[in-house]
Amino acid sequence: MATGHPDDAVTHSEDEYAEAEDGTRHRRAFVDRYPDAARIVRICLGISFAAFGVGALFGLIQALHRTGVFRFIPSSDYYTILTGHGVLLALVFTTFGIAGLFQWANTRSLGIEPPNATLTAAWLGTMTLGTLLAAGTILAGLFDAIPASADVLFTFYAPLKAHPLFYVGAALLIVGSWLAGASYFLQYRAWRSENPDARIPLQSFMVMTTMLMWYISTLGVAVEVVVLLIPWSLGLIQQVDPLLTRTLFWYFGHPVVYFWLLPAYLIWYTVLPKLSGGRLFSDPLARVVFVLFLILSTPVGFHHQYTDPGIASGYKFVAMTNTFLLLLPSLLTLFTVVASMEHGARQRGGSGYLGWLKSLPWAKPAFAGIALSGIMFAAGGFSGMINAGMNINYLIHNTLWVPGHFHLTVGTAFALTLMAVSYWLVPQVTGKRLQLYGVASLQPYVWFVGMVLMSNAMHRAGLAGIPRRTAEPQYDQFSFQAVAGSVGEMRIQIAIGGTLLFIGAAMFLAVMVATWTMGKPNSQLRVNSFLPEPMSGATDSPRVLDNLKLWAAVAILLVALAYGLPLFDMVADGVLSPGSLPVPA
Amino acid sequence: MHVHRFEKLWFGASLVLIVAFIGTIVYGAIGPGVAMVGDDGGTINAATVADGNFERTDNFRSPGVYESPDGNGVDVYIVARQYLFNPGTAQPIEVPRGEEVTFHVTSADVTHGFNLAGTNVNTMVIPGQVSQFDVTFDETGEYGIVCHEYCGSGHHTMAGQLHVVQQSQFDATAGGDN
Repeated sequence: MATGHPDDAVTHSEDEYAEAEDGTRHRRAFVDRYPDAARIVRICLGISFAAFGVGALFGLIQALHRTGVFRFIPSSDYYTILTGHGVLLALVFTTFGIAGLFQWANTRSLGIEPPNATLTAAWLGTMTLGTLLAAGTILAGLFDAIPASADVLFTFYAPLKAHPLFYVGAALLIVGSWLAGASYFLQYRAWRSENPDARIPLQSFMVMTTMLMWYISTLGVAVEVVVLLIPWSLGLIQQVDPLLTRTLFWYFGHPVVYFWLLPAYLIWYTVLPKLSGGRLFSDPLARVVFVLFLILSTPVGFHHQYTDPGIASGYKFVAMTNTFLLLLPSLLTLFTVVASMEHGARQRGGSGYLGWLKSLPWAKPAFAGIALSGIMFAAGGFSGMINAGMNINYLIHNTLWVPGHFHLTVGTAFALTLMAVSYWLVPQVTGKRLQLYGVASLQPYVWFVGMVLMSNAMHRAGLAGIPRRTAEPQYDQFSFQAVAGSVGEMRIQIAIGGTLLFIGAAMFLAVMVATWTMGKPNSQLRVNSFLPEPMSGATDSPRVLDNLKLWAAVAILLVALAYGLPLFDMVADGVLSPGSLPVPA
Repeated sequence: MHVHRFEKLWFGASLVLIVAFIGTIVYGAIGPGVAMVGDDGGTINAATVADGNFERTDNFRSPGVYESPDGNGVDVYIVARQYLFNPGTAQPIEVPRGEEVTFHVTSADVTHGFNLAGTNVNTMVIPGQVSQFDVTFDETGEYGIVCHEYCGSGHHTMAGQLHVVQQSQFDATAGGDN
């Protein structure tokens, strides 16, 4: 490092500075250049982090209750808490966090403000209303005096029935995200009219491919909720087909994990190399990866239904093949991320086969959090390969293995990346210097250790057959035989791990609240928004990569191939049959 | 477009890995014959199951353990409902060692799960569908049955037992309502 300053020459540009009237130079933060977009990002992140706080608290309650360490709620309320944990974290924390990240990335890379304030207000308002309805209905389940509840968990499998407002809220959250996507596309169109021949800027390309995937995949859950579950919960139709509604859910339920993951990938591809002190290895490969996710993310949902009756094994096999092909873009990402980090480390003076790892800025919270989330994601990817194996899956389906897996993916690859990038991004969208820097520097490690403890124990508990989604995995009739370790030791690791994760969440929120309330506007920031150009740029790559219409069409074709026949089989005997009446009636 | 040599190598290795994974699954299905749940069980009216009118269906019988009609092994018919397995919860399901056991599992109300703890005998139990699969137990022993899908506020109490006994001790009338 030439200067000893946290930002060396590779990581900033003269464009970042403006000369004031008195002749002094000031760095212009994102908030100074794009005040409208910065405000949208702040609102999104604020709601996202509020949901995160409540969801994390619920997680702590579950970790202590399940393991029998500390139980202060009746076990019947456990499922209300679990529903809240799933919806607030997997739907609200994620969707708002992603909407904010994407608003930042699209604006930064296109270099223009969002075009339509009315549309912005519409999507923010719709998503917020949906969140309040869904979360309110869930929390009402904790109070006997309120005649509404939604103890149906994140997957809301019919014929378990929630209050209609829960489904309305979920639908509004998704419709709001569609409007947000429309806003990103309009922003792109405005840019395109000024730049008719330029390649799509990389971050905007990532935003749009992800949103296209999101449009295609949310269609399933939208049809499930709007056409079937809302009329059914209102009593307008008597019964629904549980297998059909599950299938529509999982049509959405796997691509949604890529909706969580791809924003993390956006950060890994475009921000992590800079934070490492270098630059991205290859822009074209990043585009190839996102195109692969667009076309392959949706026709895989049956891999959540390997153990379902009523679906022919052949359809499951097709989904499995597509799922394994999805490994390709993730493995390519692994290569690029590690290569970019190594390049950064060598720029910083690192050397040796692995010695360069020591030259990375592990004390900086943004870098440390993103890098640790990548390491955990690799572990989560391996357990995901087990899940994806059609017959191996039978050993672990619906056991604690599965939440062990997805707490590494959405619970770390996404969540820790969002937290870590916030240490870098929130100062830019607020103009305030990050407060409690020491707490922030330690926080990623607390999360990492907590997750190592909790997740390894959950995976092993799953191998012993201990089920997920249960308040008391202890039975009178039999006991579980651990394959590795002991059941008691796993419980302790889950309880300690869950507690550390809650502490990690609280540390993150403390940093955010302190920055928001105590940081001074227009501070001299430690960070800057400059992202260096990749080593191989977009100009070297075929233009067909940027043909989003083509890739969307291919994606729809693959979905039609994977889902056409199975869905036809299910509705051939009538859309609503074999039907089930709602429970409770 | 320039693709680095290491990147090409990595790309090729990734494809080999993917093909190998799919290969192991195909081998598992064809070689050791790992059985999976498909659509063989057919559909059923959940209200008929709830009311116990099994004479109205041709793909399900009154809950219990039966000698298979073809003389090979046994058939086990299980109804899951909030919050018990019938048979399984009130009394253990008893099946003979070394014979093919064909399970038929359905639900009278909501979605449940059926898992012999620590084994790959695992299926979703979905109202309107019959989960059908074959298992051969090579050794005698006792297994816990876990409902592994959330099915309501008493979900954590829903469990049962399955006993694998010597053929000489096996009595096809044990278990169930019949």
